[in-house]
Amino acid sequence: MKNIMTVVAQSRIADKIHEMVLEGDITKNMKTPGQFVHVRINDTTEHVLRRPISIADIDQENSRFTIVYRAEGEGTRKLSKLGPGDSLDILSPLGRGYPVEQNSHVLIVGGGIGVPPLYELSKQLNREGVKTTHVLGFNSKKDVFYEEKFGALGGTHIATADGSYGTEGYVTDVIRTLDADFDCFYACGPKVMLKVLSETMDLDGYISLEERMGCGFGVCYACVCETAEGDWIKLCTEGPVFRKGEIVL
Amino acid sequence: MNSEALKISLPGLELKNPVMPASGCFSFGEEFSKLYDLSELGAIMVKAATHEPRIGNRTPRVAETSSGMLNAIGLQNPGVDHILEHELKFLEQYDVPIIANVAGSEIDDYAIVADKISKAPNVKAIELNISCPNVKEGGIQFGTDPETARRLTARVKEVSDVPVYVKLSPNVTSIVDMALSVGDIADGLTMINTLVGMRLDGNGQPILSNVTGGLSGPAIKPVSLNMIYQVRQHLPHIPIIGMGGIATADDILDYISVGADAVAVGTMNFTDPMICPALIETLDERLDEMGVGHLHDLKGRAYK
Repeated sequence: MKNIMTVVAQSRIADKIHEMVLEGDITKNMKTPGQFVHVRINDTTEHVLRRPISIADIDQENSRFTIVYRAEGEGTRKLSKLGPGDSLDILSPLGRGYPVEQNSHVLIVGGGIGVPPLYELSKQLNREGVKTTHVLGFNSKKDVFYEEKFGALGGTHIATADGSYGTEGYVTDVIRTLDADFDCFYACGPKVMLKVLSETMDLDGYISLEERMGCGFGVCYACVCETAEGDWIKLCTEGPVFRKGEIVL
Repeated sequence: MNSEALKISLPGLELKNPVMPASGCFSFGEEFSKLYDLSELGAIMVKAATHEPRIGNRTPRVAETSSGMLNAIGLQNPGVDHILEHELKFLEQYDVPIIANVAGSEIDDYAIVADKISKAPNVKAIELNISCPNVKEGGIQFGTDPETARRLTARVKEVSDVPVYVKLSPNVTSIVDMALSVGDIADGLTMINTLVGMRLDGNGQPILSNVTGGLSGPAIKPVSLNMIYQVRQHLPHIPIIGMGGIATADDILDYISVGADAVAVGTMNFTDPMICPALIETLDERLDEMGVGHLHDLKGRAYK
């Protein structure tokens, strides 16, 4: 679970959004889209908490995987300074990801930094012959990333809250205009987006949640969420992906 | 690692080495058992048990601070009966003594939990949690009033089948007064629990839903060392398990130097899940390098 990976490449792909490619043996254990890695910022005691970051792309052939994260705080800004040849201590792969089910056409909905894990998901669905349509929401044009990558896998629509790119508004404004029959939806993004989708989409779906974590593997009980039955379960081990309606949003 | 230089004998506890994970930072061990053999540990201080199951506080429950973290988990646990039947049962397969952390809202709650949990075959000691800063009822109110702490300790001693260690809170005017209040009843002390703190987000709002949380990690080590140093001078013989920010073998030596008998590793288990076995190995090597026959040869050297 704990591994030292080598940074192969790192680049900024949107405002404060960085893409990092890592190489190492642990990649062979990465199978399910929607799982995450828990990254140690450095080997000092300055930053004691690891950062949970979703896996955006898995390249089994070259033992590489990609993470995409927002360099917002001091820790992730330090992470963004790493370059090829640097090493990174990660716990991985963690959590339960999205089930890759046989369907004919599915809707994939991402919001902001929730977009990355959906890329590996869409890749795997396409590999299984499932048609995918993507709706990705961002605040502004400067925040948009991975449009082309998703576009290569299926229809891709962008919404920006300020209207500076794509459809003005939210992902739901785009979904309303889509003329297609979907078997289910997969989503990752802000809780409010997941809530609206869960309440308004007349489809089965899977959502991926985010929460502040301590350990990332079920020990500290920091990242709990409430189930529809009133239990409090750990997002890091029982999630981050849940079936629509399973969790109180 | 079973070096003679690391063996420690404390009330109820025959420790292969002085290193144990601190309560709340190890759950009940199952997750870590997938990473290493739990029998390597000196002991395990398991997560707090309460009489009834507890849900805990709302999220966010953790926030990072400079060289530390704040937590406000709120003692989430499945209740003592479940812990006895499942979690402690699971740990029976390992050759490691368990220190059961006992928490409650009232004195009777503590007594019920202590009575039950002290009868588990692998529980060799109780850690009385009178100092959790994250619960509204119980917890810290027992840990900040010397007389209440004394009454509670006496009650738990009556019902417990195993030695009772009292976990002291640093959130008091005088740590020495607190230690003295329970010092002649308790079998030992564990110190310190977390310090009450808070952190704001960039918009001036507290990050934790509980507003405040318990500060732990390397940031609190100087505070803990000083408190143990003070208490040890007033209670020269009481066993003390020291904790607060241990990240290296030299940190352990610091704790022994101020008078601790053994140590517990907390927050750093999250930073590096393999830290406990790594520390045990490094500590042994470090003593060898120093030419020290036994860890306790260094005990109290801060006073010399």
